[in-house]
This record gives sequence, C-alpha cells and structure tokens, in this order.
Amino acid sequence: MTKTIQTPLTGQVVEGLEAGDRVLISGIIYTGRDAAHKGLAEMMERGEKLPVDLKGQIIYYVGPCPAKSGRVIGSAGPTTSGRMDSYTPLLLDKGLKGMIGKGLRNKEVTESIIKNKAVYFAAIGGAGALLAESIKEAEVVAFDDLGPEAVYRLKVEDFPVTVVIDSRGNDLYKTGRGKYKQKKKEI
Amino acid sequence: MREINMGEITKTVEELCMEANYNLPADIKRALEAAAEREESPLGREILSDILKNAEIARRDRVPICQDTGLAVVFLELGQDVRLVGGDLSEAVNEGVKKGYANGYLRKSSVDDPFMVRKNTGDNTPAVIHTTIVPGDRLRITVVPKGGGSENMSALAMLKPSDGVEGVKRFVVDTVERAGSNPCPPVIVGVGIGGTIEMTALIAKKALLRNVGEHNPNPVVAKLERELLEEINGLGIGPQGFGGSTTALAVNIETFPAHIASMPVAVNMQCHAARHSEAFV
Repeated sequence: MTKTIQTPLTGQVVEGLEAGDRVLISGIIYTGRDAAHKGLAEMMERGEKLPVDLKGQIIYYVGPCPAKSGRVIGSAGPTTSGRMDSYTPLLLDKGLKGMIGKGLRNKEVTESIIKNKAVYFAAIGGAGALLAESIKEAEVVAFDDLGPEAVYRLKVEDFPVTVVIDSRGNDLYKTGRGKYKQKKKEI
Repeated sequence: MREINMGEITKTVEELCMEANYNLPADIKRALEAAAEREESPLGREILSDILKNAEIARRDRVPICQDTGLAVVFLELGQDVRLVGGDLSEAVNEGVKKGYANGYLRKSSVDDPFMVRKNTGDNTPAVIHTTIVPGDRLRITVVPKGGGSENMSALAMLKPSDGVEGVKRFVVDTVERAGSNPCPPVIVGVGIGGTIEMTALIAKKALLRNVGEHNPNPVVAKLERELLEEINGLGIGPQGFGGSTTALAVNIETFPAHIASMPVAVNMQCHAARHSEAFV
C-alpha cells in the first residue's frame, strides 16, 4: 500500500511504517553522501555544531547531476547506502530519523535503526530523471566545495520511496528475497 | 590512407557521451518491457514500470537516465588504413569527454587519485580508453558511461582448471547473490572466462556491450548463459532487491584461450541503466 508522510518525521509516523510499504514523502530532506558524511563525522569529533539540525530529518544519499537551465536540479537517484554505514549510527544518535538510499545496510545500522526508532527507505536506483521530478527546490547548505557531494536542502513533493528497514528491524531485502527464492537446484 | 582529424574525434566523443546518458538502448528497453510482463512480484512490476517511465523522461527531456553518469569508458577500433592528424588521440578523446560532460550537464564522478586526497578532477577525465587496431579505414568509437554502484559489485577469480564449469557457475551466481540490491537490479551480468587477469576483465566488460537477447555464437557457451540466467533469476533478489523473479535481464559470456594452469573468471556487473552509444568516424 502507498502511504503519504511529511517531514520532519515524528516517532509516531516512523512507527506506522512497515517494510515493503510504498511511501510518498513531502517536505524538506537533506542530501549527503560519502564526503559529506566524512565531513559531518569529523565535525562531531571536533565537537562543532553541525550545519544542519538532524532532529527528525531525512538524509538522501545522492550526488545529483548539474541542473539544466530552467530546472531545479539534474537527475537525482540514490547511491549505494552501504558506504555510509560506518557513519550512520552516529547520525541516528544525533536525532536523524530517516535515510533514503539503495542497497544493503550492515548489522550495526539495523541495530541503530531499531534503537533510535528510525527508518531506511530505498528510492529506485537508476531512476534519477523520474525522481528529480518530485524535487521542487534545491539549495546547497554545506560543503559547497564538494560539487555533486555537497549537502543540499531539497523541498520534495510526493517523493516515491519504499520502506526497506522499518523501526522494528524488518528488512525487505531479506523478506522479499525469501519470498521469491526458488529452491536451489544442485549444481 | 584516409585521414581523420582529431577535431572530428573530439566532437563525436562529446555527442556520444550525451546520447549514451540520455537514451536507453532499444534492446534494454525491450528486455525491461518483457520483464515487466512476466515479473511475479506486484511491487517488482511497479518498479520495472517506473524504470521504463524514467527512461522515457530522460529521452524526452534529454536529461541523464541516472545521476551516476559514470566514468567514461571509451572503446576505439581504429582501422589500420587511417592516418590520425591534428594532435594526440588520448587528448582528443579526453577533450570530447570533458565537453560532453560539461555541455550535457552530466555529473563529474572522477577523482584524481584513488586512495589519498580523492579530489574531483572536475571534468570527468581521464576516460578509460581501450584501443584495438582493426582492418579498414574507419574509426569506431563506443562510449560506455560506467556507474560505480554496479562496478563495485564486480569480481574476479583465478579459478583452477579442475574447478570446471561448475566452479564458474558457482562463482558467477555467488557474485550476483552477494551483490543483492546494491548494483540496482535487474542487472546485466558480463562474464569473461579465460585469458590472463586483464584479458578476462576486459572481455567481461565487452560482454556487456552485446545486445540483450543475443547469445554467444558458441552453443556450449550460449547454453551456459541460459542456465546461469535461470539460476540467477531463481535467487529471488528481484527488481531493486525487493524480491521477485527478475534479477538479471541477461548473462553475456565471452571467452578467450587460457594458460594450461589457469581458468580466470571475471564478473562485470551492469545495472539496468546499461548505457552505451557508438559511431563511426
């Protein structure tokens, strides 16, 4: 079923989401990928104030294409989330409630999702042109020098995602595969 | 001797970078449409339909299919009766990549060193260029924007000859299974068997350029392609890894003779945005 949610996320909204739900997100989300995560982790280590208050927010793992003239943003689909795994529990402890990416997360991330009552969404990898249509405003808010890896503040409307890991730790990548796996023939 | 000017090569590479990134090849589109018809999972069918919608938007608006517009892998088949004039061939290709990625609003995804500072080169160069000399008086240029997500899930093994065809199958299937949702399934699996370490990787990449639905002309290899595709689609990974019966659109295998002691196997993973564009100069 398709659910519609608004950011920032509350505990109640997050707990209402289940692995496998299709969700349309509206509101503000922030982008961040490899270099921005490294930058945020280093700022935390130095005890500095982060450029974005993460409470209740969603980070979208994306490095968009440059915008053609007259457009808000270029193609903007998700990148592989696993590369952010080592930083994710730190951000969830800072109040981050949601992540949008694609691909597998490690055990520590799943445990941190459960502990912090957060949620991991996947957007369709390789559908950057379609996903960009749901992005209505884009503004760089940190790490401008990182080019496509800068942190953007995006205003999205009905941004389509699927819940992969819900706040109880259910994982669509595991349950989905189990459901359609054919009995392995002896090779 | 036919002369080809470097300016023509630069111009062609520039155009191919854009075309490849905006237009999903027809064979991939057909394969996705067929997959959407037979996919067992309702969520999987929705995903495949969104992927097709995405390709249509990209073609219509001339925007990249995927924001990961890749490292530019460029295959050059240079006719031996061609005389190149007006500069340096690698520079001409790189200049084309630079212009294509700037003027096409494509993402610059190249860092200058792999393990130290990793500073973005800012223009998506250098391209990865593979040149072969062939008979004739033309230059065939193929631009393959290769995204990082699927490339990262690729693998290579130096198997023992005694591992046999079963060893090859196990390595290919395990590689796809381990990759799971990461390489943006449905994928195309390029497999190289034989040669030396670099040759097996190169033929795995070249295997990705073969049209989906076309099999290796050797019937034994073609049979292995069919068996592997069936087994991979039985893994249950499905579109985007959400579960389903379409994990791969094709398994394309290329082979090369090997050393008496060796059986190298390379698996080059390619996401569904299997982009490539080619032209003759």
